[in-house]
Amino acid sequence: MNEIVLGFEAVSLRLGGRSVLAGVDLTLFAGEVLGLLGANGAGKTSLLRIATGVLAPDAGAVRLFGRPLEEFSRAERARRIALVPQRSEVPFPFPAAEIVRMGRAPHLGLLGFESREDVALADRAMEEVGIRELARRSIVELSGGEQQLVAIARGLVQATPILLLDEPTAFLDLRHRVHVLRLVRGLARAGGAVLVVSHDLGLAARFCDRLALLCAGRVLAAGIPAEVLTPSHLAAAFGIKATVFHAPDGTPLVLPEGDARGGESQVRVPDEHRSKNQS
Amino acid sequence: MKAGALPLSPRRLALVLLLLLALLFLCGTLALMAGPAWLPPSEVLRILFGSSVSSGAPLPAADIVLRIRLPRLLLGGIVGASLSVSGVLFQALLRNPLADPFVLGVSGGAALGGIVVLGFGGALGLGYAAVPPAAFLGSIATALLLFAVAGGRGRLSSTSLLLTGVVFNAIASAAIVFVATLSGLSEGTSIFLWLIGSLSAARESATLLVALFLLAGLAFVWPQARRLDLLALGEESAAQLGVDVERVKRILLAATSLMVGAAVSVSGLIGFVGLIIPHLLRLLLGPDHRLLVPASALGGAIFLILCDTAARTVLAGGELPVGAITALAGGPLFLFLLRRQQGRSLLP
Repeated sequence: MNEIVLGFEAVSLRLGGRSVLAGVDLTLFAGEVLGLLGANGAGKTSLLRIATGVLAPDAGAVRLFGRPLEEFSRAERARRIALVPQRSEVPFPFPAAEIVRMGRAPHLGLLGFESREDVALADRAMEEVGIRELARRSIVELSGGEQQLVAIARGLVQATPILLLDEPTAFLDLRHRVHVLRLVRGLARAGGAVLVVSHDLGLAARFCDRLALLCAGRVLAAGIPAEVLTPSHLAAAFGIKATVFHAPDGTPLVLPEGDARGGESQVRVPDEHRSKNQS
Repeated sequence: MKAGALPLSPRRLALVLLLLLALLFLCGTLALMAGPAWLPPSEVLRILFGSSVSSGAPLPAADIVLRIRLPRLLLGGIVGASLSVSGVLFQALLRNPLADPFVLGVSGGAALGGIVVLGFGGALGLGYAAVPPAAFLGSIATALLLFAVAGGRGRLSSTSLLLTGVVFNAIASAAIVFVATLSGLSEGTSIFLWLIGSLSAARESATLLVALFLLAGLAFVWPQARRLDLLALGEESAAQLGVDVERVKRILLAATSLMVGAAVSVSGLIGFVGLIIPHLLRLLLGPDHRLLVPASALGGAIFLILCDTAARTVLAGGELPVGAITALAGGPLFLFLLRRQQGRSLLP
């Protein structure tokens, strides 16, 4: 097995008197894409915030390359872990390219002037993400999805061995979702470690090597997608009934059942499609 | 010069700052020429740079330039720079382009601190020298209170920010009038000038003090400029990129409070400089703080020197307080910005 780059050991966290994480054990290996799933409020984002050192756990330990996270300075951490957050609002009209270049900050000196290589790295990241044409546009004028792509490019530019993505595809159309997840797979193949929070079970199953399912502050299941995405796990984590199909390559496909009135879909299917659906 | 896709280079930074310096010099010359007795530029320059006063210019002109207009020009420039840079810093700190020391009531807090010492300091053996420290205490107390009341984390909604500022300003003005009345300062026009803001009481010692505070503030803050950019991404993103957010906030708070306190203690409540200049420069140069911080120092100096020159010259035989001019220019701009922001923002 590959090197463990990030390890949560019995991590617990309380926020505002409420238990958010209750003894989470989770490891992230070099070269893998780990998908973190769970209902809203299950503690996914909190786990990422703990990994970046923004939040300190109440109990348990976080190890970065085998060493306690606290032993790293802020700058050292920022050169090892990058986080692409959920959507955030930038109050000033920075050009998108400038936002991407800010990802180089942990590698720069006092006033933070970027070298030619830094600028080239930022340009390449924008190209990879497919937002070169946005470079001059002001960040405040971009759509939610475009802003998300800019944030992803910024995360790539940070050039860290560990990349954490908090619902990176939430505002993206299907083409861009697939593009971003392919990009992320490429990073893992090159030896990087990626932890991605997602609500899209289908894409997570397709693009992640392993999945971890958080439920009420604990890891309910972790392993390859087919082991994690089972009807009983989905019922426990999301409170839904779902059928799990398997694609020919073994990738699980989750199909939630309709409401309690008997599982019939509320959507009326036009007649000409009905025969296909039933086949 | 508008920022495009290209990164800020030291060369572009130097070029813009040199251009602004040249503009500052031009406006300064104009300010020295203007007044009840207009002097030609050649004479102003000869007085400023001539080997000795006796060589050419008649004495009265040299007196007017060196003893009356130059001290006021220097004070105006330094106060303008302090207020403008403070505006940029408050905007970065609160992540809101509407923030300004005057609008937020921080200037009001400084004025209250100053007036308490002016009114009651004599009884305690405190002289005029105690006014700037008291103004500093007033501004830092108000700034801390602002954070405590309006919430410390993340981005405040413009509404709660502005409402807090309005209330702080109302309290500060009421307390200033109260203190002034109690201590007998309300007689005459000094309290009026203090409340509206004026540069007419320029003293050389005061100018030096404000200059020191401005330079100290800039020396602390400019090296943080890139971190201010990162702060625009949100406090957590900044922290994740290696910024010690709490430390940067403390530095900003101390620097702004020092600069606002010093500026208010010599010139009263000159409003909106910290709103107008940063906004204008962001439009022209982009929001990069590495450029914006020093550029707004120069821009604020230029702006207040021009406003004060207008204040001294538009009324024949009298002068307006410069604060009236900056407020007349800044108030409408503020409303315009507010309206535009409300139109775009998701915040209430």
